[in-house]
Amino acid sequence: MQLVEGTDSSIRRFLKQLPGVDQVGAESRAAMLGTRSIKTASKKWAIDCAISMIDLTTLEGSDTDGKVKALCTKAVHPDPTDPTVPSVGAICVYNDKVATARKHLDAIGGQSIPVAAVSTAFPSGRASLEVKKQDTLDALNSGATEIDMVIDRGAFLSGDLVKVFTEIVYIKELCGDRAHLKVILETGELVTLDNVRKASHLAMAAGADFIKTSTGKISPAATAPVVLVMLEAVRDWYEMTGIRIGVKPAGGIRTTKDAIKQLVLVRETAGEEWLTPKLFRIGASALLNDLLMQRMKLRNGNYAGPNYVTLD
Amino acid sequence: MRIDIRKTYKLYIGGAFPRSESGRTYEVTDAKSNFIANPAQASRKDLRDAVTAARGALGGWSGATAFNRSQILYRIAEMMEARSEEFVEEIALLEGISRVAAKKQVDQAIDAWVWYSGWCDKISTVAGSTNPISGPFYNFTVPESVGVVGIFPAQKSSLLGLVQAIAPVVAGGNTAVVVASQKFPLCAITLSEALATSDLPGGVVNILTGITSELAPWMGAHMDVDAIDATGLSKELDKEVRISGADNLKRIHKFSSSDTPQRMLAFMEYKTVWHPIGI
Repeated sequence: MQLVEGTDSSIRRFLKQLPGVDQVGAESRAAMLGTRSIKTASKKWAIDCAISMIDLTTLEGSDTDGKVKALCTKAVHPDPTDPTVPSVGAICVYNDKVATARKHLDAIGGQSIPVAAVSTAFPSGRASLEVKKQDTLDALNSGATEIDMVIDRGAFLSGDLVKVFTEIVYIKELCGDRAHLKVILETGELVTLDNVRKASHLAMAAGADFIKTSTGKISPAATAPVVLVMLEAVRDWYEMTGIRIGVKPAGGIRTTKDAIKQLVLVRETAGEEWLTPKLFRIGASALLNDLLMQRMKLRNGNYAGPNYVTLD
Repeated sequence: MRIDIRKTYKLYIGGAFPRSESGRTYEVTDAKSNFIANPAQASRKDLRDAVTAARGALGGWSGATAFNRSQILYRIAEMMEARSEEFVEEIALLEGISRVAAKKQVDQAIDAWVWYSGWCDKISTVAGSTNPISGPFYNFTVPESVGVVGIFPAQKSSLLGLVQAIAPVVAGGNTAVVVASQKFPLCAITLSEALATSDLPGGVVNILTGITSELAPWMGAHMDVDAIDATGLSKELDKEVRISGADNLKRIHKFSSSDTPQRMLAFMEYKTVWHPIGI
């Protein structure tokens, strides 16, 4: 169903009908949901669920093939001492490391783990459309099956919504059925929750399969109120169109407690259907170690330490 | 008439003064069972947070120069000197001893900081060695910090036992998680206020108050605690901690003597370096 044509007036008309976000309400609801206490059996389930939702990420200028391979190995068997730990949701790297990651995953039995590439001049998005397209094509040709693109925040904030919209449409076209498209809103630069809601709907109307909070390169990143608003957006979108769009918070989620808070938000906002790696992912690197340590605590009964998980 | 402004006795974790996450407190009484205060009753999660803080502070503290550590320990003595009245009052109140006897304990405790401050940059010279070997190498052995140390100081002493346990541990470059004497915890909290104002980085010393028998098993089983000073543990708790502590090969020691460099060396391990001559 085509809700929006790519013209300025139709985009504006569509976004104008969205209700404003009650910021104080959103913050207090997110804070309230964060106080839920998840214990024992539920906690065990939540930890495994969170592990299977992680997009294990390395996005550093200093990334090497060796580091990417090590990360892939960890993605398949997060805890080598315990085969019951599930594999993570995906590996997320820069596009020149996609081939390395794909090849290594296939070699070690991780064929089912997708490789996501950050694209379109990540993290700033400051490049011409041609460069962004080429960037995306490179990643697709190297074997990426998920594309994390950034929107042009400058264009969004100055009101050039057509530019934001058409860029997403073009990249979506390139992805076709070869790859899932995740659209990064970089909510830390969008200033208000109203903008977050608008950008979420704009991205979904343009064809996003996932909406993602942040690049992880600026702070604040995936704060609870922002994730709440985005989950409300996908819930509303489902009511409008019958299509379920995924959500991916990324950046700043480091502890098991943070991750479980995210799961509670999902359950209480979008609904249980979203509690699957197909519709909810967590972009993180340090989080996995904390989840593994908590899992060891549940298994052995005593607190684990960072000596018992890998350094990455 | 002025209303009393009484101190809330809180925990000391990572350089901050939180209440227990459990929200609990317990009652501390003087020798005649009169109510004195309601310090925080730390839970196992407070202990876990304290260990995380201690682990986080370890790199900076063990990597600081011995001279710098020594200056900071001396600074702690200075800060305690300024608060000595408060310590005297708390000791006299809780232990039911005279102010003169209490003052003596405080002076000894402050002197212990100065004494260990002097040891910081001497221990590796005294305990380390240059080893004779038959080969083209320089060969050194030096003592280094063992890591995060859990401390159960002597139960019967408010301040002196506490300082005699903490000072050698941090002088050696370790970070500490202290479970204060259950009956006499007030000085430990006042000590944490002196520590917080003495250039000691947050997390190097973390002080918990609460029920020793509740916290000791968690300390013993914690895989990220490298050693334990079990001086203040009962026979049963000591045994339990030694059994669970075997899982990660904790160094567990009990001490009867006070100021001695052996207390530092108990929480240090030797590293031997082979360095080729001529490179």
